Order: sequence, then C-alpha cells, then structure tokens
Amino acid sequence: MAKEKLQPQAAAAAAYVPVPGDFELLDRQDLRIDTNFASQSYWKGVFTHFFKNRRAVIGLVIISVIILLAAFGPVMNSFGYRDIVQYRNEKNKRVVAKGIPPQVPALHRLLTGQELEGNFSDYTFLFGTDDLGRDLWTRTWYGARVSLLIAFVTIIIDMIIGMSYGLISGYFGGRVDNIMQRFVEIANSVPRLVIVSVLAIFMPKGMGLVIVALLLTEWIGMSKIARAEMLKIKEQEYVLASRTLGAQNIHIIFREILPNTIGPIITQVMFSIPTAIFTEAFLSFVGVGIVLPQCSVGTLIEDGFNNITTLPYQILPPILVLALLMLGFNFIGDGLREALAPKLEDM
Amino acid sequence: MTKYILKRIGMALLTLLIITFLLFLLVRIMPGNPFPSERMSADQIANKRAEMGLDDPIHIQFFRYLGGVLQGDFGKGTSLYNGAPIKTVLSTAISNSFRIGGMAILLGTFVGLVLGITAALHKGKFLDGFCTVFSILGVCVPSYVFLIFLQYTFSFRIPFFPYFFDPTRFAFSAVIPSVSLSLFTMSTIARFTRNEMVEVFDSDYVRLAEAKGMYGRELVTKHVLRNALIPIVTVLAPLVVDLLTGALVVEKIYGINGIGKLMVDAIAGEGIDYNYVLALGILYSALYIGIMLVVDLLYGVLDPRIRVTAKVREA
Amino acid sequence: MSEAQNTILDIRNLDISFKTNAGVIHAIRGANIDLCKGETIAVVGESGSGKSVTMKAVMGLLDSNATVNSGEIIYNYVDASGKKQSVDLLKMPKKQLRQQINGQRIAMVFQDPMTSLDPTMTIGKQIMEGMFLHKNMSKEAARARAIELLELVGIPEAEKRFKNYPHQLSGGMRQRVVIAIALSADPDILICDEPTTALDVTIQARILELIMDIQKKMGLSVIYITHDLGVVAKVADYVLVMYAGKVVEIGNVNDIFYDPRHPYTWGLLSAMPDLDTDDDRLYSIPGSPPNLLHEPKGDAFAARNPFAMVIDEKAEPPMFEISRTHRAATWLLHPDAPKIEMPPELKARIKRAQKEAEKYL
Repeated sequence: MAKEKLQPQAAAAAAYVPVPGDFELLDRQDLRIDTNFASQSYWKGVFTHFFKNRRAVIGLVIISVIILLAAFGPVMNSFGYRDIVQYRNEKNKRVVAKGIPPQVPALHRLLTGQELEGNFSDYTFLFGTDDLGRDLWTRTWYGARVSLLIAFVTIIIDMIIGMSYGLISGYFGGRVDNIMQRFVEIANSVPRLVIVSVLAIFMPKGMGLVIVALLLTEWIGMSKIARAEMLKIKEQEYVLASRTLGAQNIHIIFREILPNTIGPIITQVMFSIPTAIFTEAFLSFVGVGIVLPQCSVGTLIEDGFNNITTLPYQILPPILVLALLMLGFNFIGDGLREALAPKLEDM
Repeated sequence: MTKYILKRIGMALLTLLIITFLLFLLVRIMPGNPFPSERMSADQIANKRAEMGLDDPIHIQFFRYLGGVLQGDFGKGTSLYNGAPIKTVLSTAISNSFRIGGMAILLGTFVGLVLGITAALHKGKFLDGFCTVFSILGVCVPSYVFLIFLQYTFSFRIPFFPYFFDPTRFAFSAVIPSVSLSLFTMSTIARFTRNEMVEVFDSDYVRLAEAKGMYGRELVTKHVLRNALIPIVTVLAPLVVDLLTGALVVEKIYGINGIGKLMVDAIAGEGIDYNYVLALGILYSALYIGIMLVVDLLYGVLDPRIRVTAKVREA
Repeated sequence: MSEAQNTILDIRNLDISFKTNAGVIHAIRGANIDLCKGETIAVVGESGSGKSVTMKAVMGLLDSNATVNSGEIIYNYVDASGKKQSVDLLKMPKKQLRQQINGQRIAMVFQDPMTSLDPTMTIGKQIMEGMFLHKNMSKEAARARAIELLELVGIPEAEKRFKNYPHQLSGGMRQRVVIAIALSADPDILICDEPTTALDVTIQARILELIMDIQKKMGLSVIYITHDLGVVAKVADYVLVMYAGKVVEIGNVNDIFYDPRHPYTWGLLSAMPDLDTDDDRLYSIPGSPPNLLHEPKGDAFAARNPFAMVIDEKAEPPMFEISRTHRAATWLLHPDAPKIEMPPELKARIKRAQKEAEKYL
C-alpha cells in the first residue's frame, strides 16, 4: 500500500498567493439559513417552468385569442349570427349576400387599385357568407362560444363530480371504495355513443343533450386520477396528524388533501376539454347536438361540408377554430404536466 | 391462469348482461309507443300489444328478447328500412364497418409504430420534431375533417376515387375512409410509442444493459421495444373499438352502410328507431367489453408480472 | 514508480457540465481519482456532489445533455495477447466502449435493484446476455456459468431461480442478481453505485460481505459510491470525499476516520448516528450543497463552513499534503491559517472509536 495515491493538484488553484488578513475567520452567524432552496416556492417553480415552455405559452396565447374573439368577434360587425345579410335595391327587390367569398374592400383597393365588383362590393366579410347569406365571421365566433361553453362545463363536471367521486372513493377505501369502483367499472363499460343514443330517446336535441351526455361520461377519467392521487397522499404523515387531531373527514379530504392533488387534476382537466369539444362538434355534426338556427363549430363544419362543392371556403374557419382549440388545450396540458413533474437531471 | 381467465370472462359477461338489461329497460319505458297510433284504434293497439307480448311483466319480456338476441334475432326496426329484420341489415353493416375499420387499424398501427420508434430513436432531432408535429395534427383534427379534405381533393377536384362509397368496388372505395380513419390511431400510437420508448430508454434496466456492453439495435430490440410496446396494447383497445364500430360521421359522409351510419340514422333522423337503438347499444357494448377483455388477457400473456401474479393467485 | 504501473484506472482533471432548461450545471469541476489493482476505494459525498456522474463517465453512461469539457479517464489493462494496453475511455467511441470495455472490463452495480432489472426477461437470460456479448459462449456453457454465478452470489435453488422474472424476487435477491450480471463477463473493475441504500439494514451487511468475498476470489478492483460512512469503514482501503464536483479529501480509512482534516469531512463524520454519544442532538451540516448553476467563487464549501476564512471567498484551496497517504483541500491547512481543531464532540467520538477498535486488535 506504500504508494503515491495522489495526483498533483491543478496549478491554477495553487497560483493564488495569500495576502495578510486572508486567514481571518469570518465567524458568520447566518450559516443555518439555507439560501439555495429556501426562496423557491413550489408554485413559483411550476409557474416559471410553464412559462419557459415555448409550446405551453403558444397554447395559452391561442386559447386567449380564441376567447377574446369569441367574446368580441360577433359584435365587431353589425351582422347577427342568424341574420341574413340583404338589402332592397331600386326596384324594391331583395338582394341577398348569398355565398360571397371572403372579401375586404379596403384591402382589395390597396392591393389591386380597383374596386370590388358585385352587389355587396362595399361590405367587409372576413370569412365570407354562407349559402343563405349569413356572415361567417359572426357565426364562426358564435360557434366558438359554444365550444368554450362546453369547455367550461367540462371543467365543472371534472372538478365537482369526477374529483369528489375519486377523492372520496380513495379516501375511505375498503368497502366504500370497492362498491364505488365496481360502479365505475360498469359505467366505463358503456360506450359513450350508447349513452348518447339512449339520451336521444329521452331528451330533445340540443345543447342540453350534449351537456347531459358529457355529465354522464366525462367524470370517469377524472375520478380515476383523483383516486390514484388520494391513495398516494392519504398515507402521508400530515394527514395522519390532522386525523389524530380530530379533524372531520370532509375537512381532511377537501382542505388538507385536495390542495396537494390539484396539479395532476388540473392537468387532467386540460386533457379532457379537447375530448369534450370533439364530442360536441361530432354530436352537432350528426344532428343531435346544437339545433338550427343556432350554430356551433360542429354544425358549421356540417354546413361547410354540404356546400363544399360550391362554396369550398366556407368549411375552413370552423375547422381552423376547432383544430386551434384542440392544439391550444393539448399544449397547455402538456406544459402543465411537464411543469408539475420536471425531470431533474440526476447527479 | 385458467381460473383467472374464466373469472375475467365471467365478469365481462355479467357486466354485459347488466348493461343489456338497463338498455332494454330504458328503451321500453321510453315515452311514446312503438306504433303509429293515429292510424290504429285503441282496440287494435291493445291486440297488437298483446300479440307482441308487451303486456307481460318486464323481466319476462327481457328474457324473451335476450333469447332472441342470443340467436341473432334483434326483432324488426320500427321506422328504418321499412321494418326489415334488424339481423339482415346489421350483418351487412357489421361487415362493411369491420372491413374498413380493420384496414384503418392495420394502417394506423403500423405507420404509428414506425413513426413513434423513429421519433424516439432520433429524440430531440429533426425527425422527432416532424413526428411530433404530425401526431399533434392527427389528434387535433377529427377524422371526418380529413375525410372531407380527401374527398374534396381526390374525388371532386381530381376525380380519381369514387365520391361516395361503392360496395361493388369495395377495396378501391375503401381507401379514402380507411386512410382518414387511420390518422387518429396513427398519431395516438406514434405519440404513445415515442413517449414510452423515451421513458424506457431512461430506465435503470436499460442503463444496466448498456453497462453490460449492449448497444444499438440489439439494445433496442431486446430491452427497449419489448418493454415499451406492452402498454401500447392498452391504448390500442379503445381505438380499435372506435374504428370497428365505425366512425359515425365518416360513414355518414362517405355513404357507407356501416354500423355508425345506422346509429346516426336511428337517433338523428325524424323519428327515433328504438329497436335499432337497443340492438346497436347491445352490439357496441358487447364489442367494447369483448375487446377490453381480450386486451386484458393479452396483456397478461405479454407482461410476465401479470402472468405470474395470476398464477400465484391461483395457487 | 513501480506503483504507477499498478494503477488500473486513472481519472484526471475530469470536468463535466450539463445543459438543462434552467441553465448550465457545472457538475464535475476537476476531479482526480485513481484506483490500483485489487484495491477498494470509496467515493463519499452528499447527493449532487458528483460522485455518480464521475462513475457514469467511466462507463460511458452520461446523459445526452452532458458535455465533457476536459480531463481523461485512463484505463490500463492486459489484452488477450498479454500486452499492456492503456486507453482513454473518454476518447473511445461509444460502440467500441460497449464492445470492449463495458461488462467485460468494467462492470457496474446500480443503486436500486427494484428498477435495474428488465421486468420482461428472466433473470437467467439477463445474466447470460453478458456472456453472449463478450465471451462467445455456447448456450449450455452460458447456462451452467449463470447458475454457478447465481450460487456464487448466494441465491438458493439457483436452477429454479434461473427461470424467474425479477418481480418474483425480493430486493436483496435482486441486488444479488445485479451483482451476478456485473460479474458475468469477468470484469477487472466493479463499480458499485450505492449498492445497499435501497436495501434493508440486515441485508446491507450481507451484500457488502458478498462483494468483498467475490473481490478476493476474483481479484477485482472495486469502487464504491456511497454517502454511508458505515459502508466505507467496512469495505474501503482508500476514501475520497467529494464536494461540489471535486475531491476535497483523500486518505486511507484510518486517515479519514481518525484524523479528518477537511471541515466537510468533520461534518460528515459528526452527522453519523452513534449510539454512544451522550449528546442526543443529531448533527447535520448546515445549508445544502451549492447550486452548481451558479458556480461558487473561492471554496465551494465556504458558505456552509463554520470555520470559513476571508481567503475562502477569494480563491479555491489547493490540495495540502498531510501525510504520504493523506491530502485535503482546505485553506485551514495553510501554514498561515489559525490552528482550528475538529469539533470537540467529534474528537471525543473518534477517541471512543479508537479505543473500541484497539479492543479487537
């Protein structure tokens, strides 16, 4: 074992020549204050992580823009969503703005130096008009409102029914959990379409049917997530502590545990919104959802499809809105998931 | 293992029975009655009801119906197809939907796997980004939008494929619907495969295999793929159900006489055809439960953890 | 320098950084470690001190976001024709590293036996893989050897266990399998990354004894990575204390346990639980390891050092030689520094331990 064990140390560090006073002790009193990690709160970390994620920010921007346009788009011009754009000409004959492709007179003048031709040459139709003469800009954003309403309803369903069901089932465990889970199993074995078809027997077509259909199906996924989170957390010491201190079950579930499961739950909400919007669009397309003359993204796509050979531009705006909504919520969901569980480089 | 399988099958059958009964109950207690009453007198209706056994207690009616269903007899439609036996209509519909759906599944799974594996092997590089964008697109746009696009482009602008489904030229006219249906499966599988593989690549056991001296293709095929692909069976299941049972809108738009179109016709037309709703509801549930069961058992065969646990439970 | 030829692994001035979302982390800042044939060294330090990263660099298992800025890892071996070879593992292409070094020359045992085995493959297959890769063995020979190895690592009913899947074994058994895998292609060096942290205390001792036993039988050189000083005392010839990506104190077991010089080592030793101490407060080193996103100026340990001096915030201390086997990097060892003794509690404890040890001599 008699051997040189050591390497000569890097020269750079040794090059420092100590000056007088260097060897005074600092004798600091603040050693026990950990400045490395103390200042980072969990949610602040999640927040910064989320906003550093390019896609998540894009998603947030997309959704914000759609919300703004859905709110203000329909009032940006004078056409109502069910109004047929028309006027009476000199001979007191009705002239209807049927099937006018997107047109912006000012822009046209700027680009070509010429005036637009046709009966409605001084009207601005950003998305054009449909075969009946209704303004598609207004209708598209009106339809987007329906999708956003669905998104909102989904959040409520997920947060109230799904979450409570899962949390309660997971918290009580044992027989309660067993029975509640059998029920979930059966509910989960019924295809969504079957539920919709049965509903169609009992309910009039329209928004109500869509919402009830979501109500009956959307909560299942969330209840699974919430239950899993609950099972993870309920064994932790702080829960035991508050139980020992005599806290009520309801208090423990909703005040002590809920705040610690909220991350995965919000993520799940973000992922279930696209499914719900998809469902609405498809039900409306098929004809059991939103009924005329109201419109949603689904009915607009259907209208567009019916006129695709004559007015092909008509189908594009609702498809774009639908795709962007999907994209936005998916991006936000991905971003949240990554921000809540960042993969640290292990060292 | 056999006991475990039998138990799972028993559970599935029981669930299906419960669902069938609930469906039956709901459809039978619906408001209104199954006969166009304006043209019939009260007496006539009463006679007809008695003749059809509608006055019997509900459970007797149910078992009678169930007996018929087990022999493939779903009764007759109330408004669709002029009261032709549901069995005949349904068998054509199933055949159409399954063939088109099956093609879509094969195409979607195969291309999806290739895309996902490519992306995972080139993580962080251009190909990964390309596959990610592709799979996001596929998930964000409904299949019927793809169908409309393909139909408009390749049947209308360039009239190559038929504009509507043509059963006499099955393979040829199945191209557009199969391709558009496959895109959702494709993107889901691609995304899932990629993420699973990336996760497995990060796992300790792949680290250990590398420490053994394994690398490249051997590492991927022996350790990564096997572990990454097992969970894919679970995401595939609901996709298969969706596709086999016919994506409603796609069938409706492309005029395919499949189960999906039948369902749309049954619920979205002028009058609702209760008997079709019931028959299709049972069919959908049976398929759904059946495929879930197959996946469960398949998973058991593929994943030794479950296979052995079942064995232990049996002992 | 006949000893120098005995050196089997020589890590010089290793410097590694990681690119992360938060920024560049300078994880290894000039680490020097060497290992002689047949000896056991232990690398100790808190999590984040860079001990695992260093060993991953040896195995070529660094994550893709890691960059080796400088340094070399020289591995000396005798090739099949009996010629002495010397290679820099950092310069070797991945493929060649896997084919020629990993498994058959340098093998590794990982921290968590619950996750280090492939759940979809029988343990027998996983052990045989190494033999197929490096030894070109026939199936029968590999099988016989694998069962032999399973017996060597103390797995009862090896024949039967051969066909088992990992989840059918307990944690301790799995770690034995991982060790068997590491040994499957007769390596020269075995790197054990916290081989016992994930295991029960009772199993820990058995696994350590097993490794020592095998080391003697097969003439292995072993590197332990651990934060458990109990393990170190039991197995190591030499101890290297790492802090913030650097080795701050090196010595043999006696040097480190009976005459520690770096205030960080004092902290580590004081933090060891001890039944005999009257003082019932468990000591812990104040603060947390430095965030290597923001590289510390001067001595990285200064912020947590109760004996920090002005100079600690100005310059990094060089390695000061204490004896032929013992060195430490702290300005306290500079001739001009005030004479700081280790904390009295620790001193008392070491005395007690020394007495205890003498009893058994």
